[in-house]
Amino acid sequence: MPRISPKTSERLAKILLWGAGFLTVLILAAIVIYVLVNGVSEINWEFLTTPPIGGLSGEGGISTIIVTTVYLILITIFILTPVGIGAAIYLSEYAQDNILTNFIRYAVETLAGVPSIIYGLFGYALFVSALYLGHSLIAGALTLVCLLLPTMIRTTEEALRAVPQEYREASLALGATRWQTIWHVALPAALPGIATAIILSTGRVIEETACLYVTLGGSAAMPRSILSGGRTLALHVYYLAMDTMAFDKAMATAAVLIIIIVIINLFTNWLSQRFRSAYTAMEEGRP
Amino acid sequence: MKLIEVTNRDNGPASNATKIKVRGLNLYYGVFQALRDINLDIIEKSITAIIGPSGCGKSSFLRVFNRMNDLIPSAKTEGMIELDGESIYARGCDVVELRKRVGMVFQKPNPFPMSVFDNVAFGPRRHGNHNKSELEEIVERSLIRAALWDETKDKLHQSALSLSGGQQQRLCIARVLAVQPEVILMDEPCSALDPIATMKIEDLMRNLAQEYTIVIVTHNMQQAARVSDRTAFFFMSEDRAGILVEEGPTTEIFTNPKDKRTEDYVTGRFG
Repeated sequence: MPRISPKTSERLAKILLWGAGFLTVLILAAIVIYVLVNGVSEINWEFLTTPPIGGLSGEGGISTIIVTTVYLILITIFILTPVGIGAAIYLSEYAQDNILTNFIRYAVETLAGVPSIIYGLFGYALFVSALYLGHSLIAGALTLVCLLLPTMIRTTEEALRAVPQEYREASLALGATRWQTIWHVALPAALPGIATAIILSTGRVIEETACLYVTLGGSAAMPRSILSGGRTLALHVYYLAMDTMAFDKAMATAAVLIIIIVIINLFTNWLSQRFRSAYTAMEEGRP
Repeated sequence: MKLIEVTNRDNGPASNATKIKVRGLNLYYGVFQALRDINLDIIEKSITAIIGPSGCGKSSFLRVFNRMNDLIPSAKTEGMIELDGESIYARGCDVVELRKRVGMVFQKPNPFPMSVFDNVAFGPRRHGNHNKSELEEIVERSLIRAALWDETKDKLHQSALSLSGGQQQRLCIARVLAVQPEVILMDEPCSALDPIATMKIEDLMRNLAQEYTIVIVTHNMQQAARVSDRTAFFFMSEDRAGILVEEGPTTEIFTNPKDKRTEDYVTGRFG
């Protein structure tokens, strides 16, 4: 094997790494540009505010789809947040390290890696069938809660663990109870991290299709209660692309979806940046 | 042999009443014994300094008095510790009540990431006081008492983290005073501060000793000599458990120690 001079290997590494980075950006840009170019022209006020005609026609807008997506986000986050934060508080503030908590952590880690269609099957068996909820917003939301809980717990626990122990000691030494210390000191300090977890979960609700396909159903009608079925944007893209000839409408819906996801990611970045600067200020004792 | 100069105080401790009485204290962290058979009386309204080399259990000893060692699951305390004649490790003892009476100032200034006002009002609020004018009065009184009012009265609603290190530590003292404790524990309160900030805290401590019983852990022997009325010298036994070698009026410990180990330590031969 010929020897390569340090200078050449340095240059080679630079080119290869740069290439890898460039490829990543290229793929992302290709998807976004492809969807936007094909979809944006179809997006107008009418498209956003009229309901789809449904069936196999693929005609009409996406108003009911947007409403269903918003409902599903609200219901999911409403259930997910208290349960996720509660479990994270238990793990980081109350539980001592023992076999049980190690097992809980192991379960959380493993659950985070299970494919979403498995959650879908589970949600279908439990919520749709056994609990007679049918294909409905609540069945879809509960399934999403199961899917998102592991990430929510882990992110919140990490945010709580990042709160300096000195704050808790100071609070307890002033005669505050353990719960007061959590509520008034630990949680406010961890709030930006928790907010990030909630927003990321919102993003997952918007993106998810597989587990909703079997629990939310596919009705294009306006949902009337939490027991109504429906379609999210991502599901609508799937139905339009698979069942109808309206590929242009699918692209337009996908464009809306991508725009929302980009906005959510920008917002998350902004929040975690704020979190980081607030945290370093605490560490250095300077704003 | 040059000994550290000790500040002479004519008006030493106001009384000789015992505030905290420790008898036969043993402290364990799991199988490791951190303190062995400590007997000590803390005199009311005076400053007791606890000195000794690193790792001899000084901070652990301080944390016995407000039961902060309870936070460590493996910690086990044996023996009798009485505050005003009542055992603080008795079964019915309310830890929250105890910590209201026995406040603590930590090594590193640790104000909460909140405003100056909210920091001082934290304790009273947690104990159920939400009356705005009462809180304002408590905050002002505590900041004045901690010699911080003049520097902070115009920025009560700014972040406490914008204060300097010394100011932050005085804020932590004000935060403790707002709860109206009887005893204040200080765990190397000046180790993170510059000499001028240290001097201010020491002046403040002398001032507070007229009303409060203060126990201070310090690495700085000059500081112990300057501020304390009584000094307790801790040392490590062979198995690394902390023991109390000798205790007495600060003047005596520094000028006429009874134990050879105390003499070696205060003359700077080791530690």
